Amino acid sequence: MAASPLPPPDPQFVLRGTQSAVHALHFFGGAQGQGRPLLLSGSLSGLVHIWSLQTRRAVATLDGHGGKCVTWLQTLPQGHLLLSQGRDLKLRLWDLAEGRNAIVDSVPVESMGFCRSSVLARGPERWMLAMPGGGSDEVQILEMPSKTSVCTLKPEADAKPGMPMCLELWQADSSPRPLLLAGYEDGSVALWDVSERKVCSRVACHPEPVMGFDFDSQKARGVSGSAEKALAVWSLDEQQALQVCRTHELTNPGIADVKIRPDRKILATAGWDHRVRVFHWWTMKPLAVLSFHSATIHSVAFATDGLLAAGSGDQRISIWSLYPIRSDASTPSLGHAEGREVGTQALA
Amino acid sequence: MDPVQSAVALTVREALHTLSSSEDGGHLLSTLGALKRYLSGAENPALPGEQEEFARMHFSAVLRCLVGRLSPGWLELLPNGQLEDLWASFFLEGPADQAFLVLMESIEGAAGPSFRLMKMAQLLARFLSAGRMAAVMEGQCRQLTEPAFRLLQETLLIKVVGLPDHLGNRLQRENLEAFLPQNYFPLLGEEIMRVLQAVVDSLRGGWDCSVSFLSQVLGKACVHGRQKEILGVLVPRLTALTQGSCLWQRVCWRLVECVPDRATEALLTGLVEAASGPDVLSRLLGNLVLKSKKAQFVMTRKILFLQYRYSTPMLQSLLGYLAMDSQRRPLLRQALKELLETWGSPSAIRHAPLPQQRYISSALLICLAHLQDAELRDSQDELLASLMAGVKTRLDSSLPAVRRLGMIVAGVASARIHPDGPPLRFQYEEDELSRELLALAAPPPVADSPSEAEASPAAETPDRGSVDSGVPQAQPEGSGSDLDSDDELVPYDMSGDQELKSGKAPAYVRDCVEALTSSEDWERWEAALRALEGLIVRSPAAAREVSVELAKVLLHLEEKTSVVGFEGLRQRALVAVVVTDPAPVLTLAAQELSRPGRLPPQCGSPSPTSQPSSTQAPAWRAVVQERIRSKTRRFSQRSPGRGPDAGPNEFNLVAGYFFFPLIRHFDRPLVTFDLLGEDQLVLGRLVHTLGALMYLAVNTTVAVAMGKALLEFVWTLRFHGDACGGAGPRRGLQGVGGESAPASGEAQRHTRPAVVSLVPAREGPAPLELAWPARGLCQWSMRGPPALSPWTGPPERGPEVLRREGATGAPAG
Repeated sequence: MAASPLPPPDPQFVLRGTQSAVHALHFFGGAQGQGRPLLLSGSLSGLVHIWSLQTRRAVATLDGHGGKCVTWLQTLPQGHLLLSQGRDLKLRLWDLAEGRNAIVDSVPVESMGFCRSSVLARGPERWMLAMPGGGSDEVQILEMPSKTSVCTLKPEADAKPGMPMCLELWQADSSPRPLLLAGYEDGSVALWDVSERKVCSRVACHPEPVMGFDFDSQKARGVSGSAEKALAVWSLDEQQALQVCRTHELTNPGIADVKIRPDRKILATAGWDHRVRVFHWWTMKPLAVLSFHSATIHSVAFATDGLLAAGSGDQRISIWSLYPIRSDASTPSLGHAEGREVGTQALA
Repeated sequence: MDPVQSAVALTVREALHTLSSSEDGGHLLSTLGALKRYLSGAENPALPGEQEEFARMHFSAVLRCLVGRLSPGWLELLPNGQLEDLWASFFLEGPADQAFLVLMESIEGAAGPSFRLMKMAQLLARFLSAGRMAAVMEGQCRQLTEPAFRLLQETLLIKVVGLPDHLGNRLQRENLEAFLPQNYFPLLGEEIMRVLQAVVDSLRGGWDCSVSFLSQVLGKACVHGRQKEILGVLVPRLTALTQGSCLWQRVCWRLVECVPDRATEALLTGLVEAASGPDVLSRLLGNLVLKSKKAQFVMTRKILFLQYRYSTPMLQSLLGYLAMDSQRRPLLRQALKELLETWGSPSAIRHAPLPQQRYISSALLICLAHLQDAELRDSQDELLASLMAGVKTRLDSSLPAVRRLGMIVAGVASARIHPDGPPLRFQYEEDELSRELLALAAPPPVADSPSEAEASPAAETPDRGSVDSGVPQAQPEGSGSDLDSDDELVPYDMSGDQELKSGKAPAYVRDCVEALTSSEDWERWEAALRALEGLIVRSPAAAREVSVELAKVLLHLEEKTSVVGFEGLRQRALVAVVVTDPAPVLTLAAQELSRPGRLPPQCGSPSPTSQPSSTQAPAWRAVVQERIRSKTRRFSQRSPGRGPDAGPNEFNLVAGYFFFPLIRHFDRPLVTFDLLGEDQLVLGRLVHTLGALMYLAVNTTVAVAMGKALLEFVWTLRFHGDACGGAGPRRGLQGVGGESAPASGEAQRHTRPAVVSLVPAREGPAPLELAWPARGLCQWSMRGPPALSPWTGPPERGPEVLRREGATGAPAG
């Protein structure tokens, strides 16, 4: 260990110009040999900006949510389909191929909550979408792109977990059955078996609502943040039972988003205290506190090359480069991680 | 008449005649050769009886004759300096004491610089370098108690020790290197060592010897102030020699014992200084303190109580020496008692200089470290009583340093003296002094050479400990392939990760007042307090509207939550209010002060109140400023370091607002204050404040009236015994004295009054209520009306701040 710690890092660069708070971030493209990825950002004013990380300018602006906040952005691994969820109760599908930016489809969202949806790609033209359902505690599963409703996951009557706050669809290596992890308003995280429509396991992680979590399917371990002053790390055993491994105390309460880097070395949290915290994923050792923003951070995202983006209420997106990914560290593209293994062709 | 005697007498008489009259080189040579037979060690020597007779009766006469004949012409009677060699050999080979005396006598007798004087001086230098001084002293050691030699010994003693002085006087600028004290006394030390060696050898051989002459030489040299030179040679050698030899130890003890009383102090202090530790001292001195009253007095009283120039290691040696032997330990206990009494005696605290108080405190702590619990328990009650009395006296003192010493020592001493009960605990900031004193209180190492033996394991143990504790961190639960990459992820500095303060700070002064008075939301309360100073400075007009109300609120503000730097925040806000709206706030301040019950409860407490610290700009800011300055081209010709332009002094308007109410309310007896008694701290601050105000006001028209009032006020304090009360009037009067300066044509120098350092941190705790209005005035006088010039920060950061003592102004009186 070095005698004196490294001075706190500075952002590599900062993207300005969304002119409203940034609520969603997503890296797009930039797989091996594809040059630098693009960054998508969704803002409070309902716009989706597409940023070139080379020129550090917005290359396109998508306006499809009628001025309502964009809460979630996701691209599909194949093709150039972008999903954006907005508070206008619409989930838009955009075609970004060859510089196009047209809405190709739209799915109505029945929940007024802030819950972000999740997708699970099961083939080039076959993917599954989980989004908050019409009932206050329901999760709706759709088969896409046909938009056929597969099922609605509704907790048992006596459970009362509250609204779903965040969702994650994934698939274990061994089995083809899709699974859904959902964080609920009462601070619990539940594992759903989608095909059987039942809760496999549920564990109370926080006394406050779960605001964001991320799950490492390879290690079967996840981390969640909530409105309280702690992170919870939980794991999934062979019997598909969730259990809390540990909690990690934070200086200030409130975590809006948690993301594990694709190489599963570090994770970043978006703090209400204007700071991004970086931890070692396996040991949960604190590595850095990134203080740049002057308002609540709503979203963090990692690119495949390790770049970290943080979007904040101060209308800025800061880009950080910490602990570069080793070139020999191959990233397995299994399970949900596939969802983040983004498109093979960058936008022109 | 004995035939031997007459034969020798005849030969000598003839030889003397020849020597004094003959100019024939050959004749002289043969005569001298004949005389030389009488010296021991010559070729074909005379009979031992004849030699003895010659040495006893005639040698001095021969030498004097030889000295008398010495002249350039006489020496050249024979070629190649034969005659000179032969001449010198008489001095160098004959009985040393007589030769030395004749040499000294002839040198002292010389009228002025001359050939003979130089020759004799060179001969004396040869005499010294040949080691004859040892022979001189050894001779004295062998002659036991012959009364006839008393006088000779006295003379010899004076000459031996006074040699550098005599030679220096006589030779003036021609003095030789060998006679300089810094060269001579080490040589004398070497010679004493040789004599001691001879003494020890002869004692081993069964012959009696006396070291009293050596003791006298040693003592006299020490009295002459040459301890360092002579003991610097003796002590290391004796330290080594006494290590394993009882005989050497006894000789050494005897040597010290025989030193005359008048030289005891000089020798002992020299020894304590030169000895490397208590064990060495113990070997060199033995139980001298028990045998000699004088030594006891020096060791247990003089060095401890009457002098304080000695270093801490010396004290440790001395007290360690007392602690090393069971017979001497009662002396240590006695010393502790007396030290404790002196430490706590009100008279000593008042009159002894601070370095001495510190010295006594050190000695006290060292004593405590040496004494065992059982020994302390014997006299626990007595010690505890004097400790408690002392602590009380010290904490009542007005000098911060005295209180500090009281706290440090009392904390340690109470824990040692009364180990069962809870030790006294004080809040004081650690500094060099406290660390040094606390280190003294640690029990001394037992081993003979502790430095290597104990230091190394002690240094290793924590290392090992930290490695052990470090392992679980490096190897957290589980194991996996990820662990190999752990070391890549070096954490960044996360010290800046503080708790986020919510942004509840009010945006207007009025909101602050409201938040401070009625808010139950403590975050808002604290944010208001923090924001207040900036708000007042930013919008003086708004602040003026509520100034009196705000000042009242601030004065009565209670620290309900433990806000960091509460006092500083409050004081800065108060200062800002005063600067913004001086007249009503100052009047209010003086009124508040004179109200019964306004005496701040903490002002008499021993723990130092937290003082406002000027917020230091962080280092990076300095770097950034420097960079900006170097890269920025300024079009203004004004140098940034220049102060504001001269203008009419606006201090005149406000100078009296605080001064007169303050002095009016305080010069009559108040139920709450006993200014000349217990509350002298308040008195000191009051007078200091008044003096400072006076000084600031020297150029104002109101100064005359202020001066009169102040003089009347301080007149009664002239003879105040306390340092605080004593110094205050002086300061005040300096201010009064300075007031006459502009009238005498020095107005130019006084266009801007120098700013007095009113920072109470340097003066110890002070009632806040006295400090802040004065500080506000101080700022006012520095920078003129607040609305016109930009905020420059608290005055203690400004370059114009001068120490009060360094300021101009003729002391009155």
